[in-house]
Amino acid sequence: MSITVSDLERTVNSGLTTAIKKSEINYNQLFVYIDIEDLASTVLFLKTNNKCRFRQLIDITAVDYPQKEKRFKIIYLLLSHENNLRILININIEEKTLVPSITKIFPSANWMEREVFDMYGISFSNHPDLRRILTDYGFEGHPLRKDFPLTGHTEVRYSEDKKKVIYEPVKLDQQYRNFDFESPWEGTEYIKKEKKNETEEK
Amino acid sequence: MTKKRTMNLNFGPQHPAAHGVLRLILELDGEVVEKIDPHIGLLHRGTEKLIEHKTYTQAVPYFDRLDYVAPMNQEHAFALAIEKLLNIEVPIRGQYIRVLFCEIGRILSHLLNVTTQALDVGALTPSLWGFEERETLMTFYERVSGSRLHANYFRPGGVHQDLPRGLSEDIILFCKNFPKVIDDLETLLTDNRIFKQRNVDIGVVTQQEALDHSFSGVMLRGSGVPWDLRKSQPYDCYQDFDFKIPVGKNGDCYDRYLCRMEEMRESIKIIKDCIGKMPSGPVRTIDGKITPPKKEDLKNSMEALIHHFKLFSEGFRVPEGEIYIPVEAPKGEFGVYLISDGSNKPYKCKIRAPGFSHLQSMDYLLKGHMLADVPAVLGSLDIVFGEVDR
Repeated sequence: MSITVSDLERTVNSGLTTAIKKSEINYNQLFVYIDIEDLASTVLFLKTNNKCRFRQLIDITAVDYPQKEKRFKIIYLLLSHENNLRILININIEEKTLVPSITKIFPSANWMEREVFDMYGISFSNHPDLRRILTDYGFEGHPLRKDFPLTGHTEVRYSEDKKKVIYEPVKLDQQYRNFDFESPWEGTEYIKKEKKNETEEK
Repeated sequence: MTKKRTMNLNFGPQHPAAHGVLRLILELDGEVVEKIDPHIGLLHRGTEKLIEHKTYTQAVPYFDRLDYVAPMNQEHAFALAIEKLLNIEVPIRGQYIRVLFCEIGRILSHLLNVTTQALDVGALTPSLWGFEERETLMTFYERVSGSRLHANYFRPGGVHQDLPRGLSEDIILFCKNFPKVIDDLETLLTDNRIFKQRNVDIGVVTQQEALDHSFSGVMLRGSGVPWDLRKSQPYDCYQDFDFKIPVGKNGDCYDRYLCRMEEMRESIKIIKDCIGKMPSGPVRTIDGKITPPKKEDLKNSMEALIHHFKLFSEGFRVPEGEIYIPVEAPKGEFGVYLISDGSNKPYKCKIRAPGFSHLQSMDYLLKGHMLADVPAVLGSLDIVFGEVDR
């Protein structure tokens, strides 16, 4: 009854021949790479196909790679209870790309998409209620982008004069210091050779 | 012609029944709830951002501060993810100790949830009894890690240190007495007329809805889906233990309460079994590139000192890779999605908190219910804001 990861890879590749750009199995989980246009059809296929049955959306998240042309990678994690398998859908998108919302297919995508919007500034089309979710009311910026500073831009305090909580630019007595402890030393020549031999034997 | 008027009510953020800092904007028609808009994020601390700036060892304590009523279960997911990427084996004793403390965490969490759920619908005594037991369990945490709540005990490659002398005996003693406490709690609640009136047929979730709304853990099992990651995708040594998965029938608040009670009994069974079968040996991988040297070696060996210093300043490097590791935390599926770029800090660490998707369903769960049912349903969702807001 249940199928293995490699069976699943075959099913997905034959069912979605045009959509799947690349698929690979890492740590017993299937990673597929698709284009943004194929998102809704892929998710719907995975949910409704009799062999796949990915009936639960676990999470949606994104990763920021500022140096890449397609800056963000957005990831959809799905779970199939029947097959006891997981799939990760990876999509590379540009900063301004509008991602189609999948709230129609999975209602739980609502908050997850809101979170991605809040944290990375990726916009979703046809989302019923795209507001910030985790950050403060009136917050500016998208904290999980790599160019957002760890200390943030504003801090709050209670002002005795105004009798209310006020926002001010962050003032630190000491700047945040990021020490680079990473050792550049990779070992001497003979260690490198031995390591190389070891990997070749494997 | 009378126009229908709805009333807006602000519930929280400071409200004892909100289980933390939750702000609900309720739209009411008389006493009937028409719409709920939960505002979360009041406890947002930017955990994921902070983790990106810390080494793998330094990031562990952040996981204690997510679901702070069962801290070690969270650390477990993070440790497992790193171990998978590093491709290291945890010694069998280390795995047993981790299972032991995960089950203690499960009891800690369920005790708090069941008793506060009762508190929300008007029963005070269970919480007094429950907290007494929680205190005992937290002393076990303290004895093994040095602190009652923020343990920082599970490390990549095993656990920080071995169990202190006499702890196993005390845990066994606790296991002997605790079923009596569960029985006592059950006499107070299970057949209690008020408790049943407030919980039976309230917040009903069907199987399909539970799947669509990404429910996991008790929220899913309460609706009759037999799914537990400890059984279906066993991690560490859960396959060595024999335990049952309680599954509900009606998917209402009452069934979820019953599931939690039964899970506590199963946890006790696992704990007993675990201590009985506990093998001897190291508790942490012996790979010197991950595990720091022993304290006594630092006094005698220069190499040990250098190693220790490098491990706690530079940390260890994790090979490039992406991985998603879920564990069955008391509240549901807690997952860590970790991306490593080969350096000593995670490139990205996404935390998948079960409470986030549970809380999201508040609106659909409570539509048409009475205002008084809001705390009852909220109680049975088992929300802790540390993990929802992150």
